[in-house]
Amino acid sequence: MSQLALWRSGSARVLPGFGLSMGISVLFISLVLLLPITGLFGQLAGLSLAEYWAIITEGRVVASYMVTIGAAAVAALVNAVFGLLLAWVLVRYEFPGKRLLDALMDLPFALPTAVAGITLATLYAGNGWMGSLLEPLGFQVAYTWVGIALAMAFTSIPFVVRTVQPVLEDLPAEVDEAAMSLGATDGVAFRRVIMPHLWPALVTGTGLAFVRSLGEFGAIIFIAGNMPYETEITALMIFVKLQEYDYAGASAIASVVLFVSLALLLAINIWQGRFVRRLHGGTG
Amino acid sequence: MSIRLQNISKHFANTQALEPINLDIHEGELVGLLGPSGSGKTTLLRIIAGLESADRSPQPGKILFGDRDVTNVHVRDRRIGFVFQHYALFRHMSVYDNVAFGLTVMPKKRRPSNGEIRARVFRLLEMVQLQHLANRLPAQLSGGQQQRVSLARALAVEPDVLLLDEPFGALDAKVRQDLRRWLRRLHEELNFTSVFVTHDQEEALELSDRVVVMSNGRIEQIDTPETLYRSPKNRFVFEFLGDVNHLEGKVHQGVLTCGDAHLTVDLPDGDEELLLRPHEVRLAQQPSAESHLPVTVTAISPVGAEVRVELEADWLAKPWLATVRHADFEQLEMRRGQRLFVHPRQWHRFPATESKVTEQSRAA
Repeated sequence: MSQLALWRSGSARVLPGFGLSMGISVLFISLVLLLPITGLFGQLAGLSLAEYWAIITEGRVVASYMVTIGAAAVAALVNAVFGLLLAWVLVRYEFPGKRLLDALMDLPFALPTAVAGITLATLYAGNGWMGSLLEPLGFQVAYTWVGIALAMAFTSIPFVVRTVQPVLEDLPAEVDEAAMSLGATDGVAFRRVIMPHLWPALVTGTGLAFVRSLGEFGAIIFIAGNMPYETEITALMIFVKLQEYDYAGASAIASVVLFVSLALLLAINIWQGRFVRRLHGGTG
Repeated sequence: MSIRLQNISKHFANTQALEPINLDIHEGELVGLLGPSGSGKTTLLRIIAGLESADRSPQPGKILFGDRDVTNVHVRDRRIGFVFQHYALFRHMSVYDNVAFGLTVMPKKRRPSNGEIRARVFRLLEMVQLQHLANRLPAQLSGGQQQRVSLARALAVEPDVLLLDEPFGALDAKVRQDLRRWLRRLHEELNFTSVFVTHDQEEALELSDRVVVMSNGRIEQIDTPETLYRSPKNRFVFEFLGDVNHLEGKVHQGVLTCGDAHLTVDLPDGDEELLLRPHEVRLAQQPSAESHLPVTVTAISPVGAEVRVELEADWLAKPWLATVRHADFEQLEMRRGQRLFVHPRQWHRFPATESKVTEQSRAA
């Protein structure tokens, strides 16, 4: 009862504007996020469970899951390593051009993904700058899953850098110094003192990069070659279904991507929440 | 272990952080590096620790721990304990793991057995009175407790020297006082050589065997706290060690005049600046033949062993501060707005040209 009274009386809240800002937020979320998702499920309603299952387990589609997940995993792992390195360099050292490098980190976000895809495809094709160097060595990037992973890595690297960077900035250099003054070697200091702080952010960033890669389309299709069972990604399968006016089929595959992404994001959030609570002394 | 610094200097880009410095710290001594911010005291401490390297040119300096030349020895091999102002504890490790860290990262050959580590860590935690918090995380401790953990962690590896960078700077006054006393006791008990940095003159004077006063990358004076306070070598040291009142004026035929104030002094003619500590200011109802320094009481703070009184006058550029015994305070029936006369008990002067200090006392 008293809670209800508190809820009702506007004067109980010191910070003004709750009703208005919350209302607009909910409206916006509804329009931009919930409505399209509802539409997706609306499309699915036309399918029986058996039909749904048949669509999402069709051989070509399953092959596309493998390609997508495999390439995304490789891209995420590569990004975990290089993203950590980049964040480290950007936070811990002073060098000319640091601000520029820092700004460049956001380029994959700013650049239209199709532009990135075409650029990568041109570079790594047999007659491109990089392709002409790599192909004589028997290493083909364009039109293989390596190209897909490369495009995924390109578009998702900011996730790792931008999640690790603030955490690293928050970790005072004094902590490294303390470890070293106690006799720790560089390796031990990194493993036992720095990594425990970084790896929640690193896992989150890598997870976000992975989820982003699962849904990436524009950057990949130009470099992938799109051979059925070989280099077709799941997003392309959705596109193909749409071009065949098979909206229900497209929605079915899209829902799989959506569920996997949502489940991953949820898992990352819950896990990170636990870790942060522990670090800040929430639980004894 | 004694510490000897020879010709240590340091540049950052184009600014000279330390002018060539020589310093000897004896075995078992507790030495305070005292100075305002930017005086180079922290840089000097970090150079001793090996966290910063001294200049190699024009002349390479030398750092000796006892007979051991550690000039080019990495911080991890110098056998120092370092305590940071903001504790720098490992936040993801329990108090126990923090203290044990230095022991567990030792190379296998030198590393004590697990049982021994445990015993040693608990002995240290007992010493810092935190054994009951061994399983807590640093975030669950108060600032003072965290700094004690940090001290135990530094002592766990049995360092040759203990270095503390503003160890109590981030703590509130009461805790600071307790920790100071406690560190002093610990030092007497274990008798390690230690150097600490502070900008708090009271802390330096209370804690140190000897104080090194620094400014602008130079050592101004090295002395015991008593000597330092009684006979400061120069004006900087005098001003840095306590509150100072300034009296500026012209001396003519043995009388210093400043506006409508005048004071008989035994000095040659010319511009003069005299300095007085607050306790050297005596207040009275009437002027005397030698001293006519009229002032107005503007603020009174009767807290503590003495009453602190703020004085203003037309002839003063900055208000003066005087400390008065409670008995005198009551006898003069002091109140705000009252007009009184100052009779200096003693004054100091540090002429800019000569480094000689002149003092003149007069019967109070």
